[in-house]
Amino acid sequence: MKPAPFEYHAPDSIDKALDLLHEHGSEAKLLAGGQSLVPAMNFRVVQPGLLIDLNPIGELSFIREEGPVIRIGSMTRERHLEFDASIEKRIPLLHEAVPFIAHPQIRNRGTIGGSLVNADPAAELPVLMLALNARLRARSASGDRWIHARDFFAGMFTTALEPDEILVEIELPISSAHTGWAFMEVAPRAGDYALMGVAALVTLNKQKKCQGAKLVYLNAGDGPVEAKGAEKLLEGETLNDKLIDSAAELASGTEINPFGNIHASSDFQRHLARVLTRQALKQARQRAGMDLQ
Amino acid sequence: MSGMLAVTITVNEKSYRREVEPRLLLSDFLRHELGLTGTHVGCEHGVCGACTILFDGESARSCLMFAVQADGHSITTVEGLAKDRDHLHPLQQSFWEAHGLQCGYCTPGILMTLIPFLKQNPDPTEDEIRHALSGNLCRCTGYQHIVDAVRLAAEKMK
Repeated sequence: MKPAPFEYHAPDSIDKALDLLHEHGSEAKLLAGGQSLVPAMNFRVVQPGLLIDLNPIGELSFIREEGPVIRIGSMTRERHLEFDASIEKRIPLLHEAVPFIAHPQIRNRGTIGGSLVNADPAAELPVLMLALNARLRARSASGDRWIHARDFFAGMFTTALEPDEILVEIELPISSAHTGWAFMEVAPRAGDYALMGVAALVTLNKQKKCQGAKLVYLNAGDGPVEAKGAEKLLEGETLNDKLIDSAAELASGTEINPFGNIHASSDFQRHLARVLTRQALKQARQRAGMDLQ
Repeated sequence: MSGMLAVTITVNEKSYRREVEPRLLLSDFLRHELGLTGTHVGCEHGVCGACTILFDGESARSCLMFAVQADGHSITTVEGLAKDRDHLHPLQQSFWEAHGLQCGYCTPGILMTLIPFLKQNPDPTEDEIRHALSGNLCRCTGYQHIVDAVRLAAEKMK
């Protein structure tokens, strides 16, 4: 339960971190909040020869509202997302979901970038990035590139990042006033990894019909899983209960692919997805300004 | 640089300078280097909460940080709560009075979780207290007396 020996570097700028990464290649591992990496090191599942600690790099920690987007530095703590006023106002889905991430002690250290790069299919932030159409900025010695959230997650604990790249920033479009949101999950205990969870967004047009919908699931496959068929089913339609039931049926029955674990069979996970989808869509519908009753 | 690194860490308002291996966990630094054995080590993978300390005033798992990361930072452990042997912190006093512990293994981590919680939420509901405790495992008490102790503490600290 003690990590294997490693070299430790704590650069104070992105450029210095990139130099170290370039120099040491796959031998090196980046340390963000450490809330997933350090347990893995304690178990010796991961034994990097060298740790590049990103914590002293102040330029990676920020939340800035800029016109139609909010920009978040990759080393921004989850706890700061939770209490940020512009996120609460502009991206209420994110504000609602962050408290579901582990416990306050973990959120005090855990970072948005760390969670995204870890790409745990049971984690909340990857699901939220997909639902919110995020773009992620990666930097290497040869420059910057933007990666769409839908192209970023490449499977179980795998991302589109190259070994010499560092995730530096996340860009999130501000939610429209006609967009309703909901984040729901079921976990054995508050703060545990959820058995199933869903992020739902619905946008209504002037006729109060569904202009666009997002349904993204956690712990439902080898990454965040978007139920595109169910989203399509909702688009252009009036969001009545019957349609919501059909969307929940489609998403939970055929679009997600939960593996099951010791706490829940895959059938039970599908059941949870069906119930959560119904509840989340109804709440999102109401928050989008549509009251059927 | 896998050799020893010099660190200066403030713990309970006292500054310590030590040479540490990079892989030394902050929890082990507190216990083995400084002899502050009030911080307990349970699971060493961030699940049980026994090793919770305050890092720059915010609760954190000391088993999920390396001592080198605390260089230049300020730590508070359970030893930093009481003024002296005869004057417990009101939170500690409440745990005593309300029987908020049995074996006591989880208690330091719970206390360090609750210090910032009560600062942020001085008059918590039972639900909020239970939620705040969700990251700390106690295998003796069933939590009821712990919840009572937190309520008592909130009263005392008003």
